[in-house]
Amino acid sequence: MLDGFDALLLARFQFAFTVSFHFIFPAFSIGLASFLAVLEGLWLYTQKRLYLDLFRYWLKIFAITFAMGVVSGLVMSYQFGTNWSVFSDKAGPVIGPVMAYEVLTAFFLEAGFLGVMLFGMGRVGPKLHFSATCMVALGTFVSAFWILSVNSWMQTPAGFIIGENGQFLPGDSWFDIIFNPSFPYRLTHTVIAAYLTTAFVVGAVGAWHLLRDRSNVHARKMFSMAMWMAALVAPVQIFVGDMHGLNTLEHQPVKVMAMEGHFQGHSEGAPLILFGIPDSAQERVNYAIEVPYASSLILKHDPYAPLAGLDSVPKSERPPVGIVFWAFRIMVMIGFAMLGLGLWSLIARWRKRLYDWTWLHRAALVMGPSGFIAVIAGWVTNEVGRQPYTVYGYLRTADSVSPLAAPAVAASLIAFIVIYFAVFGIGTWYILRLMHHIPHPGETGVKAGDRGPIRTAGITPGPSQNPGHSPTFPDGEP
Amino acid sequence: MIDFDLTVVWAFIIAFAVFAYVVMDGFDLGIGILFPSFAHGEERDKAMNSIAPVWDGNETWLILGGGGLLAAFPLAYAVILPATYPLIIAMLLGLIFRGVAFEFRWRDERHRPFWDLAFSGGSLVAALAQGMTLGALLQGIEVADRAYAGSWWDWLTPYTLLTGLGVVAGYAMLGACWLIWKTSGSGQDHAYRMAFWAAIATLVLLVAVSLYTPLLEEQYFRRWFEMPNVLFAAQVPLLTAVLAFALFRSLVKRRQGAPFLLALGIFLLGMAGLGVSMWPYVVPRALTIWDAAAPESSQIFMLIGVAITMPLILAYTAWAYWVFRGKVGDEGYH
Repeated sequence: MLDGFDALLLARFQFAFTVSFHFIFPAFSIGLASFLAVLEGLWLYTQKRLYLDLFRYWLKIFAITFAMGVVSGLVMSYQFGTNWSVFSDKAGPVIGPVMAYEVLTAFFLEAGFLGVMLFGMGRVGPKLHFSATCMVALGTFVSAFWILSVNSWMQTPAGFIIGENGQFLPGDSWFDIIFNPSFPYRLTHTVIAAYLTTAFVVGAVGAWHLLRDRSNVHARKMFSMAMWMAALVAPVQIFVGDMHGLNTLEHQPVKVMAMEGHFQGHSEGAPLILFGIPDSAQERVNYAIEVPYASSLILKHDPYAPLAGLDSVPKSERPPVGIVFWAFRIMVMIGFAMLGLGLWSLIARWRKRLYDWTWLHRAALVMGPSGFIAVIAGWVTNEVGRQPYTVYGYLRTADSVSPLAAPAVAASLIAFIVIYFAVFGIGTWYILRLMHHIPHPGETGVKAGDRGPIRTAGITPGPSQNPGHSPTFPDGEP
Repeated sequence: MIDFDLTVVWAFIIAFAVFAYVVMDGFDLGIGILFPSFAHGEERDKAMNSIAPVWDGNETWLILGGGGLLAAFPLAYAVILPATYPLIIAMLLGLIFRGVAFEFRWRDERHRPFWDLAFSGGSLVAALAQGMTLGALLQGIEVADRAYAGSWWDWLTPYTLLTGLGVVAGYAMLGACWLIWKTSGSGQDHAYRMAFWAAIATLVLLVAVSLYTPLLEEQYFRRWFEMPNVLFAAQVPLLTAVLAFALFRSLVKRRQGAPFLLALGIFLLGMAGLGVSMWPYVVPRALTIWDAAAPESSQIFMLIGVAITMPLILAYTAWAYWVFRGKVGDEGYH
C-alpha cells in the first residue's frame, strides 16, 4: 500500500491535511468573533433585545467552532517539529520568535477572555462582558496577523542572513522580516476572506429560516446583515485579490505562470485561459478556452505586454501545474458568485423583496459553505504554487523534512485522517443542528433546546451559577 | 560566570512556561483521569464545570512551551520532537478528544457516555504521553549532525513507562486537590479519597523515578550524590518529604485550599529536581542550552515581547480565575 509513498510525500500530505482541516475553523471564528462583538455592541447601544437574542444564538455555535479550532491548532504548532524538523532548525531563529509573539499576544488573549465571554455575563455585567468579547475578537485578528506574517516570510523571505551553520538568522531589522513584501496583501486578503466566509454562513442560516418562515424577525436581521457584508465586501475582496496577484507576479512569477497555465511565454500579449486541462508532461493546456490578450491586460495592464512562461525555468523549479491552475479557478469563480449574490441582494433590497424572494434565499443557502471552499482553494493555490520550496528560493521542501521512517508518518497520517473526520464531522453535525434551531425572542443562549430528546444543558451559563448577580437578564441567562 | 546570559534567561522562561503548563493543565487533565470514578450526573457535571472556563487558557501554555522552544532553542525542538514522534502525536490526538468533549458532551445527551469516555481517555493518553516524553528526554536522545539519529522506538523503555505513570498519578493528585477546593458535598468527599490515593501513588512513583534516574547516567549520579552538590541537592527530597507530610495532614484535617497549594509545591520541587539533573543540558548529554540556542537578536526580540506581555497575561489570567472563584454549583449550576 505504501509503495511509492516516501516519508516526504506522506509528511506533505499530513501537513496539507491537518492545516486545511484546521483553517476551516479559524476562517469561521475570526469572522464570527467580530460578528458577535458587533451584535453585542448593537445590543448595548440600542438596548434592543433582538441583538441579544442573535448574540446568544451565534455564541453557542462559536463555542463549538472555537474549541475545534483550538485543538486542531495545537496540532499545527507541533507539526513543524515532528515532521519538518530540518526546516524548524534552519528557519526557527526567524519564524520562531514571530510565532512566539502570536502565542503571547493572541492565543493567551483569546483563551483568557473566552471563559468570561462564554460563561461570565452574569458574573461581570454586560459592559465588562462586552470588552471580553472584543478582546476575543481582537485576539483572532492578532493571531491572523502573526501567522500570516510567518507564512508570507516563507513565500517572500526578507530581512535575514544565512549563518555558517546553514540557519536563517535575523538581519538588522525585525520590521523587514515581519512586514515582508507579500505580507500586507496576504493579511488583507485572508482576513477579508474570513469575514466573507462568516457572512455567507450567517446569510445561509438566515435564508434557511426565512424559507421556513419569512416573518421571523431574527432570521430577517441576520440575513440582511449578511447580505450587506456580501454586497459591500465581495467587490473589495476581488480588488484586494487582484493586488495580491500582482504582488505575487512581482515576487513569485513562476507561481502565477502555473495559476495561468502558461507553459509557454507570450511575446505579444498572453491570453487568459478560462478553462482547460493542463498537461505538465506535454507542457500544454488541452481543450483550452482562451480570451486573447486578457492575461496581459490583467497582470500588466497592457494587452500587448510580454509574459514569460514555465518554459523559462527548469522543470525542477516548477510547481505542479494542474492543482494550482484548478484551485485558483475555483477560488475566483466563487469570488464572482459571491459578488453576484451581493448585487442580487441589493436589487432585492431596492425592490423591497429582500425577505420574500424565495430564489434569492435558495441561492444564499447554496452559497453558505462557499467561503470555506474558496478559502481552502486559495490556500492550495498559495502553498502548492510555491513548491518546490518551503522558504521560497532558499530551502527546498525535500530538504526540510524530518529524518522519519515512512511507516511512522503513514501511521500518524491515517490516525489524523480517521480522527479528524470522526471528531470534527460530529462537531460540524452539532453546529448544523444548532443552526437548524429556529432563532426566536428570548433566545436562551448556551442553554438552548427547549424540547426533544436533545436537551443541551448548555455550557455552564454564568448567571445560573450566581443568579442574584444578573439584574439585566430576567431569565438569568447570558 | 552567569552575569547576564540571555540563553540562561531563556532557559528559565521555557522552564517557567513548562511549569505553568504542568500545574494548570495538570489539574484539568487530572480531573479527566479521575472522571470515570465520579458518579454520573451532578458529580461529573460539577467536576467538568469547575474547569470549563479555564481549560483553554491552561492549554495555551503548552503552545507557549512548544512555540517558545522553537523560537529560543530551535535545534532542541528539531531534535526532541522527531525523537518522541509517536508520543507527541498520541498526546495531540488525546488532547483533541478531551478538548472537544467539553463542548460536545453538553450538546448530545444520548452520546454523553461516549464523550465522557473521550474526555477521560484523552486526558489519560495525553498525561501518559507527556510523562513518557519527559522520561525519553532524561534517558538521553541520540543526536548526530544536528538531527535525531535514533530509531523511532527509542522512547519506549521501562524508565519512560515509570515517568509516564508518575505524571499520570501527579496530575490525578492535582485534579483531586483542585476539586476539593472547588466543590462541596458528595463530590468533595470523593475528591478527598481520590486525593489521598493519588498522593500515595505520586510519592511512590516520585521516589522510584528519583532512585532510577541517577542510575541511568553517571553524570546524574554525581550531580546528586557527590560533595558538595549533595548539600544543595539533598534539600529537594527533604523539602518534598516535608510537603508530603503537610499534604496528608491537610487531607486528614479536611482543609479546603491547602491540599491544592501543597500539591503545587510538590510539583515545583519535582521541577527543581529536574533542573538539578539536567542543567545545563536541554537534550541531556547531547545539547547544552548554548548549543541549541537561537541567535542573540532572536532572543532579545522575544524577550521584549515576554517582558511586555507576560505581566498582562498573568494579570488577566488571574482575573479570569477570580471571576469564576468560589465553589462550583452551590447555587445550582444547571
